[in-house]
Amino acid sequence: MLFPLLPPRTAPPRVVITGAGIVTALGIGWKPNAGGFRTGRAAFRPVSLFDVSRQRAKMAAEVDLPATLPPNALSSRQIARLDRAGAMLLLAAHEAWQQAGWQTAENLPLVLGTTAGGMELGEAYFRQAVRTPRRHRRQPTRAIHYQAQVQARMVLDALGFSGPITVISNACASGSNAVGHAWELIRSGQADCTLAGGYDGLSQMVFSGFDALQALSPTSCRPFDAHRDGLALGEGAAVVALETLERARRRDAPILGELIGYGTSIDHHHLTQPHPRGDTALAVMKLACAAAGVAPEDIDYINAHGTGTMLNDSSEAAAISEWAGRRAPTLPVSSTKASIGHLLGAAGAVEAVICLMALREQWLPPQAAFDSPDPACHFPIVHEPRDARLNVVLSNSFGFGGVNATLILRRWT
Amino acid sequence: MSRIFVAGLGAVSPAGWNVAVLREALDKGEPMPTQPVDRPGWEKPLRTRAVPAPAARPAFLAHPRLRRTSPITHYAAAAALEAVARLRTVPGVMRRLGLVVCLQAGCVNYSCRFFDETLKDPATASPLLFPETVYAAPASHVAALLENITLAYSLVGDPASLLQGLSLGVQWLEQDRVDACLIIGVEETNWILADALWHLDRTAAISSGAGALCVCRDPALSAGVELAAITDPHTYSASNSRRRAAKAMRDQLPGCSPAELLCDGLGENPRLDAAEREAWGDWSGPRLSPKRILGEGLMASAAWQCVLACDAVASRRFTAANVSLVGSNQQAIGARFVSSEPGISHLSARESACNIPT
Repeated sequence: MLFPLLPPRTAPPRVVITGAGIVTALGIGWKPNAGGFRTGRAAFRPVSLFDVSRQRAKMAAEVDLPATLPPNALSSRQIARLDRAGAMLLLAAHEAWQQAGWQTAENLPLVLGTTAGGMELGEAYFRQAVRTPRRHRRQPTRAIHYQAQVQARMVLDALGFSGPITVISNACASGSNAVGHAWELIRSGQADCTLAGGYDGLSQMVFSGFDALQALSPTSCRPFDAHRDGLALGEGAAVVALETLERARRRDAPILGELIGYGTSIDHHHLTQPHPRGDTALAVMKLACAAAGVAPEDIDYINAHGTGTMLNDSSEAAAISEWAGRRAPTLPVSSTKASIGHLLGAAGAVEAVICLMALREQWLPPQAAFDSPDPACHFPIVHEPRDARLNVVLSNSFGFGGVNATLILRRWT
Repeated sequence: MSRIFVAGLGAVSPAGWNVAVLREALDKGEPMPTQPVDRPGWEKPLRTRAVPAPAARPAFLAHPRLRRTSPITHYAAAAALEAVARLRTVPGVMRRLGLVVCLQAGCVNYSCRFFDETLKDPATASPLLFPETVYAAPASHVAALLENITLAYSLVGDPASLLQGLSLGVQWLEQDRVDACLIIGVEETNWILADALWHLDRTAAISSGAGALCVCRDPALSAGVELAAITDPHTYSASNSRRRAAKAMRDQLPGCSPAELLCDGLGENPRLDAAEREAWGDWSGPRLSPKRILGEGLMASAAWQCVLACDAVASRRFTAANVSLVGSNQQAIGARFVSSEPGISHLSARESACNIPT
């Protein structure tokens, strides 16, 4: 029953990550992505998915999808109905599922974040309805499969489990909110394990939207750089398998890391602009730290939201600088959006997996493009590959509409 | 286990801009009139049930954030303000307000306008439209309007997700993260949504609007209604058909009583209604089927069901009301609301929860 809720656990359990799947323009899966993020490789190229000849920006971080999906329980008809976003979601979920070693399960919650769901199908529906209105072929299928919950159901069918689906669409914080919400489900005793993540595919409408706002960089995405001129878009997905430490130990599962904190709130300042002082960013970092029981001195690295826009980065820089205080001058910060672009609803989940990689393999993800720091940054931007001792890392995600979220992860030894 | 009370209700529907006119329309029992909506390339228009223009321009539209917003935000804002109206008069209780906005189709008006402009010439597509296309836009505007929202999620799903939204609000209340929580189901319509629905159900007329519930833990703030149960979410999958999920949901709610109301989601399509009709085949008590009067409002329909159920209990017409949400493509979830007034005989939240098979 969703209500009445079960009595809360006497003490919230520790929540560990036993599986992680990732799809970005750097590649499909942990290994190529870890290699790319460790060296700070950028994966942008001219957009090939739709016409950008009339846009200011021409580049994005497109994913090369494999010709076939890994073995799964979907029928050929279901597979034919997947759009790019759905395929990326499935690839990431499959990797996380395999790595976690989970078997067919009942009542396993799936929590996803997305901003656009199956926008590619929605766009195809609109084009056909406008250009050839009397032609109905594939329209009913598109009308159903563009919906995010239907894409989520494909994950259940593909991996052979059942359970409640929650789709959070808090704009660019969605992926972090999904992972954080899944963490809360376990901590509150509503689940022992959850699959959570985020996904978004590139779409013409979203590309055009950011271009219309003049938020896309016509040069290169350089978060926190004094001369930054905008963000770059990417696409991808990431999914993590979360479970209680007790459950993971009981089944002797390899543990990739521990999720120890989550904070979220909403900035009322403006639909598309953060408060200049980063008040809500500051608040969610504090909330996450309080939940995790850590202080800024305990944080070894911040994966910033760092979009590369003037407004976001100055606001986030102000928030990090104030929050970190005396720790700021030695606190390594970078934005991996300089490598793979802004993944919107997938960003928070992908960046959580990048943090997991950094914790597992003990390196700092260097920012692919960076020349001179914005004066608001009172912290160093990591822009050269280097190994580091990381124990606790923090990831920020802020969205259109003002929802902000922070996740904190700890190394598992 | 804490008790959860309904502190306020709000609605915008084809019947008008408040709960009272929604109730009157359902009492009258006549389907609301439809309006034609043109679609490109067709001579025969589609049918919608639109929200009528308000008698006077709502005062909240003077808020700077709401100036350029689309109807979906207007509906969400109006329903939200009605639902919290009473709480706003009580000092101190609205210090931390949570907000869960549930949507299925979302911001279709500006999405279509912006994409149409993009297809014509992306270089001149309006930057004013794009931010209003995101699912999170209505929640953001309502948060700015009410000012005291500290936690906000936008959930996307089929109409049964509204009760997941309610469950999320309850969770925030139980964790003492908010003092009260607003749950809003909202949709707007345009020709492409009518066209999409026509492909899936040629009997239905798409409608728009919003419904809002404000919930809290303080019995003193109750509007006379208490949340007794929300069933499990019964997700459809390869191994769990819609029919089976609907039956499982129904089995988690109590049996039939003439003093209780069933607020169902039946429309006019026997094929689409079959699973829900079969699940509630044992129900011989009174029923309300808002879709038959108001049309297919997607997430707004789910919200109207909940608002009408709570209103029926709050107005003492029934001692309890069950809500049946058999969603289109995700899940079936049900809920039960009971009177929170002393002396009203019904299965209490605790008793009914005990009687529910798990």
